[in-house]
Amino acid sequence: MSLIKGGIIVQEQLKQLEQEAIEKVANVVDLKALQEIQVAYTGRKGSITEVLRGMGKLSKEERPIIGELANKVRASIQATIDEKKAALELEQLEKQLEKETIDVTLPGRPVQFGGSHVLTSLIEEIEDLFIGLGYEVREGPEVETDYYNFEALNLPKGHPARDMQDSFYITNELLLRTHTSPVQARTMRALDGQEPIRMICPGKVYRRDSDDATHSHQFTQIEGLYVDKNVRMSDLKGTLDLFAKKMFGEDRDIRLRPSFFPFTEPSVEMDISCKVCSGEGCSVCKQTGWIEILGAGMVHPSVLEMAGYDPNVYTGFAFGMGPDRIAMLKYGIEDIRRFYTNDMRFLKQFHEA
Amino acid sequence: MLVSLNWLKNYVDYGDLTPEQLGEKITKSGIEVDGIEYVISETSDNIVVGYVKECEQHPNADKLKLCQVDVGEEELLQIICGAPNVAQGQKVVVAKPGAVLPGDFKIKKVKLRGIESNGMICSLQELSVGERFVHSQYAEGIVVLPEDAVVGEEVDALLNLDDAILEFDLTPNRADALSMIGVAYEVGAILDEDITLPEPTLPSSDEKVADYVEVKIDDLEACPYYGAFIIKDVEVKPAPLWMQNYLLAAGVRSINNVVDITNYVLLEYGQPLHAFDYDLLNSKEIVVRRAKEKEQIVTLDDQTRTLSEDNLLITNGEKGIALAGVMGGADTEVNDATTTILLEAAYFDGQVIRQTVKETGLRSDASTRYERGIDPNRVREAGIRACELLAKYANGTVVEGVAEVDELDRNDWTVDINTQVVNRRLGTAISNDEMEAILRKLRFGYEVNGDDITVTIPTRRGDITIFEDMLEEIARIYGYDHLPYTLPANASKPGGLSDEQLLRREVNGYLQSIGLSEAITYSLLNKKDASSFVSPELSNDLKPVSLAMPMSEDHQYLRLSLIPELLSRLTYNVARKQANVGLYELGSVFLSEEQEVTKQPKEYLRLSGAITGHWLDHAWQEEVKQVDFYVVKGIVEGLFKYLNLDVTYQQAKVEDMHPGRCATLYHGDVAIGFLGQVHPAVTNERDLKETYVFDIDMEYILQLDRDPLMYEPVPKYPSILRDIAFVVSNTVQAGDIQSEVKRVGAPLVTKVEAFDVYTGDNVKADEKSLAFNIHYQDPNKTLTDEEVDASMKEIVTAIEEKFGGYVRS
Repeated sequence: MSLIKGGIIVQEQLKQLEQEAIEKVANVVDLKALQEIQVAYTGRKGSITEVLRGMGKLSKEERPIIGELANKVRASIQATIDEKKAALELEQLEKQLEKETIDVTLPGRPVQFGGSHVLTSLIEEIEDLFIGLGYEVREGPEVETDYYNFEALNLPKGHPARDMQDSFYITNELLLRTHTSPVQARTMRALDGQEPIRMICPGKVYRRDSDDATHSHQFTQIEGLYVDKNVRMSDLKGTLDLFAKKMFGEDRDIRLRPSFFPFTEPSVEMDISCKVCSGEGCSVCKQTGWIEILGAGMVHPSVLEMAGYDPNVYTGFAFGMGPDRIAMLKYGIEDIRRFYTNDMRFLKQFHEA
Repeated sequence: MLVSLNWLKNYVDYGDLTPEQLGEKITKSGIEVDGIEYVISETSDNIVVGYVKECEQHPNADKLKLCQVDVGEEELLQIICGAPNVAQGQKVVVAKPGAVLPGDFKIKKVKLRGIESNGMICSLQELSVGERFVHSQYAEGIVVLPEDAVVGEEVDALLNLDDAILEFDLTPNRADALSMIGVAYEVGAILDEDITLPEPTLPSSDEKVADYVEVKIDDLEACPYYGAFIIKDVEVKPAPLWMQNYLLAAGVRSINNVVDITNYVLLEYGQPLHAFDYDLLNSKEIVVRRAKEKEQIVTLDDQTRTLSEDNLLITNGEKGIALAGVMGGADTEVNDATTTILLEAAYFDGQVIRQTVKETGLRSDASTRYERGIDPNRVREAGIRACELLAKYANGTVVEGVAEVDELDRNDWTVDINTQVVNRRLGTAISNDEMEAILRKLRFGYEVNGDDITVTIPTRRGDITIFEDMLEEIARIYGYDHLPYTLPANASKPGGLSDEQLLRREVNGYLQSIGLSEAITYSLLNKKDASSFVSPELSNDLKPVSLAMPMSEDHQYLRLSLIPELLSRLTYNVARKQANVGLYELGSVFLSEEQEVTKQPKEYLRLSGAITGHWLDHAWQEEVKQVDFYVVKGIVEGLFKYLNLDVTYQQAKVEDMHPGRCATLYHGDVAIGFLGQVHPAVTNERDLKETYVFDIDMEYILQLDRDPLMYEPVPKYPSILRDIAFVVSNTVQAGDIQSEVKRVGAPLVTKVEAFDVYTGDNVKADEKSLAFNIHYQDPNKTLTDEEVDASMKEIVTAIEEKFGGYVRS
């Protein structure tokens, strides 16, 4: 079946339209123009529709052939338009995203966090270390009786060593505790000489000192007590060595030297080698190469006895240190008052730790 | 105690040890050497004694002298000197050419104003003698040496320039080391060296002491020994230079030969002595007795002291002439005209002296030694030593004998030790031989019987009375360094924190995680702070506990609340441009209702916080939120949610708090604290802007039984959410509506949350609109809209009836 003249003209018209539309689409740069092309060619009043209107003049045989051709041309134009549309849309999206660019170097929304006071952190670190060695944490009152603060610790009234820690008395019998040792005396008394003791006791203590860079009328202490049968002085040495190396580093040297505390005999003071000068001598260690870190000793038999422990059966050791002083050494803090003024610029330095 | 090593050398040889090495050994053996001082910072040769043979005016300079100085060489040295006090006939310190003075100042031949100068006549400062070692007579100008100085000799020894001083930080038990002899024993023990001690004897004479004085003691417990020596024909003048040098090194200023000798013997023997001008006593007796109540004495420092029966007084039988063991009296002080001396050597009880020191505030080298305890076997000997020195250096004649009352116990005592027990206690393996060697070094007597050793303790070591004291002596001479490292061999049990301690750590963790910084503040406050912000659930009768003798009003009272000091910390920060501060503290308050405290106050742990400034601060995003009531309430609500506790909040008026922005906290019926805005009057006064606080009774929370955590199944059926807004009078509180909704809607209503408060258009001026989310949930089935509609209807009716409100459409 071939087309006669009228059919051939329509066929030519359609092919021309297709070519024309494809060319126009190719040159389009925005979606609006593309939309117009669509309306102009494939719309209800578009060119293709117009061409088809002239089909009435065609023969019966020609009509389906031209109809099929018209559909093909419409589909071809539509496909070209769709393709172009997708490309234009993508282009537009990319432009828009480009516009949405932000400054990634501006700070993020801050997450709010606070933190521990450096003394609390240090005390908890020491607590945890000794908890690992089987110790319990014990606490006691800050307002103490003269008995537990002094007498039970082998410091009877009039004892010269009471000078060492001039105290804040409330009455003749009550005072602010000058050390955390009364907690040890109370614990021993509570156990009544019956059980071994492994305890550490942290807390606030008070002494009659004028506040300056190295003195504070209020400060913290943490003390330990180990009482059992056959406890030796070498056990104290081993325990302190373990503690010091964990706390201050494996490379620190440790030195014990004899000292005096009324509640221990023999008594010990422990020095660690100076971190600043590695033992060479500097202003931090007063040219000695050593820094005093804690006091310790074997529990005085009178203290054991007063608490109900038979000193012929039980022996023990005790040690005590000042977290304020240790923190000052560890972090190079120059003034003990910093701990109590609670300057945010001070406190925050220890929050990340 | 300052220990001059040149002085110490007289008693013990410490060989080639440097001062640092000796100090280290002493420290490691139990006496802490706190520092080492040198008399001069740099030494030099060619600094010698010179004799100024001639001294003339420099022809070309008014202020210079031209001196011809004999320095023991063939030729005299011509030296030009600018010191105003240089004169012919003096013995002086000469730096010869070749000497190098401090600051690398080399002495050589120079010409001064046209004339040759071959050296320098020196002052102590030019030799770089430390300020405290400069004798008062040499403070200005060149040094004029004593006449007996030997021309040409190096001056180091003469002026003690080569001395080093060890600074001992003595523990209270080591009274024995408060004397040079005691230090000699210590160093001898550490180094295993012999020691050489003075052996003074009392010279005989024609006169008997009994003709001069008789001693009586009223209180033999306070004074078991008093000895009086008489030295006549004394010439009061400067002490010999070597003695002045030693005293200066020990930190004692030279006064005159008599006083210097008593000080010298005090330092040498550790025995305080006192010299009276015998002629000023106006009596022939010394009576030691307790002072009478309100009795007065003028002490050496010209202060009138009013005494009590606690004080021991030395009298001439009538009135006080010295405050025993502490300070002499002004009336009988030795002076330039003194010719006859009564020298006191006595033993006073430490407790009595301590009491006097405490009452008078007078502390001296003498009182310190009495307080710590002196050696009863050295009292009389020290007196004799002083007599010997007075005879030699004050040309005195010692009257024979000593007038004394003597009830002093001079016996030594024993301590039993056992080698095996020592080793068991120390963790060592010290042999019997080693043990004996240690005792020999200490110069303690002992008897050995197998492993049992009976040690005789000399009276100089009053600190050693029990086995454990000996244990320390053995351990320290053996060396703490040599003790082994062991850990206790005993069975162990797991350590850990108590439930309360764990909970406290959790609370800390929560508060820190939401942005608060932990503070530690003082417990002692001024009166006003100590009694402000007391939580309303605490008794009205609380009185802050006061110290008996505060150091300052700022730290006099124990706190009843943590908030005042937290506010002070906010002010401190704000004043330093830290405008946004959030602090909290977990600490004790001290509760007592007693007017006069007799019992320990109750110590209650409280948790308090204070926040001022921005809570949220996302600066460049312009999202800045000032802290407000609901921020603080959110923190507290979060805490209780975290602790799984139901807490309710009630509007309340609390002193020092904003009257309309404060709530009290209840757990069931129990009031457990408060939160809200600090009263603007208070914040104004404290230079703070809007500030919010909370205060919670942690003592109560810690003692609550915590329900063990149990799993609840996740709901299987969907929940339904309804929103509703009620218009009510301004006086109605959201919390009340919320409770009513919950009550009426139970059990299907699981949660009611306020989400909007509106006033303004379409709501009357005295009304507000409150909007709520109401969550419905049936654990057993899927709820229908009809069921929820019915419940909502009941709720609306109830709210209308109870609060006169209506649903906002």
